[in-house]
Amino acid sequence: MGGRQAQAASPAVVDELGARLKEFEGRAAAVAGTGKDPVNEPMIRHWCEALGDTNPAYTGPNAIAPPTMLQAWTMGGLSGHTGRTQAYDELFDLLDEAGCTSVVATDCEQEYLRPLRPGDEVTFDAVIESVSDRKTTKLGTGYFVTTRMDVRVGQDLVGTHRFRILKYAPARQKQKRQQEEKQARARRPRPVVNRDNAGFWEGVAQHRLLIQRCADCGTLRHPWLPGCNTCGGPDWDTIEASGEGSVYSYVVMHHPPFPAFAPPYAVGLIELAEGVRIVSNVVGVPYDKVRIGLPVRLEFQRYDDDEDAVPLVLPVFRVQEGREGGAG
Amino acid sequence: MKAGGAAMRAGEELPLLEIEITRTLIVAGAIASRDYQDVHHDAELARRKGSPDIFMNILTTNGLVGRYITDHFGPGATLRKVAIRLGAPNYPGDTMVLTGRIEETDGDTATVRVLGANGIGRHVTGTVTVTLPREAGA
Repeated sequence: MGGRQAQAASPAVVDELGARLKEFEGRAAAVAGTGKDPVNEPMIRHWCEALGDTNPAYTGPNAIAPPTMLQAWTMGGLSGHTGRTQAYDELFDLLDEAGCTSVVATDCEQEYLRPLRPGDEVTFDAVIESVSDRKTTKLGTGYFVTTRMDVRVGQDLVGTHRFRILKYAPARQKQKRQQEEKQARARRPRPVVNRDNAGFWEGVAQHRLLIQRCADCGTLRHPWLPGCNTCGGPDWDTIEASGEGSVYSYVVMHHPPFPAFAPPYAVGLIELAEGVRIVSNVVGVPYDKVRIGLPVRLEFQRYDDDEDAVPLVLPVFRVQEGREGGAG
Repeated sequence: MKAGGAAMRAGEELPLLEIEITRTLIVAGAIASRDYQDVHHDAELARRKGSPDIFMNILTTNGLVGRYITDHFGPGATLRKVAIRLGAPNYPGDTMVLTGRIEETDGDTATVRVLGANGIGRHVTGTVTVTLPREAGA
């Protein structure tokens, strides 16, 4: 497969291939395909079991099929597709020959015009809507192929199904690993959640800042600990912070740089109205305008809010309006 | 019916739904959707194609997004449109957390923006158009 991949990576060959692939746009991908099975209760039930879908609309005498099963009724299964055109096969053969042997589905857009019910027999026609230019993705280099299918029962259009796949030559493992490492470096470090602080992070996820309170002596504490620093009591409950506070102290970080942070930036020690202190970001003012005593208010901010990362939610403190700079 | 008229406001956040991505779910979903691509049931062949393990097929994801919406809005809700884009694959052992937010409403119809995040990123982003029965949507 190495030889084929090298071919796919050669621009001269790719240009020629790209042009040939474009010629398939607008050609039929499937003509008068028929569903292998009529819409039926057992397949609906198997689907619902697999997906844990207990919607009562999908059972009983007036059952409909889950609308998202639309494509399932058109699948060829192990015995192959019906109605698939020579053009579609040729397109795939060309891509296979160029080393783009792997397939991954990337997009599915379905519109449901009327519910499908047991007994409905579906037919379908599909067209090759577009073939992209050569694209390099995390998975590898290849082409996106978009098809659009009309699904009918008798003469009635019951749904449409636009489907995009990437047909690609898998990226070499080393490249992939390097890419992943680079990404990992650029992300903010995740909090270490353990038995002792899990409740704190559960609160944050619900946009609540929870302070631990000793069940024996009532002393508040933060950060979270398994026992009370004052009386040693192991039992505790929580109170929710009002969100009011002020900058008790701060430092400005210049060095060393960490991948997900761009120095200089201020790290604040915030004293909450309840009396405990928390290390956090001071937002709403530049790093050099943070001052001791600035009144701040809690808010929750999402980080790494991009396509590839799981967003991280953190409590941060916003300087109260009109108070920045001059105070302290 | 879980949802009444009150839940049909733009900006409304849907309660999250956690889906454990088990090997069984991936394989059962693939077979129930009649998708016999080896990468959805054969770990060895999936690895040969550069994937660390089997991964969930798009039809299962599509079905789970639909389920997330109808679980919330109830059996009277009618799905009109489901449009999804896949990102980070759902591998066995991961958890996908589905969240949703009503983007806009038009009479008894709502457009919901859905995100399914797993341990490595955004598995799915998409929009669902759903119509509620009159009494709930009014």
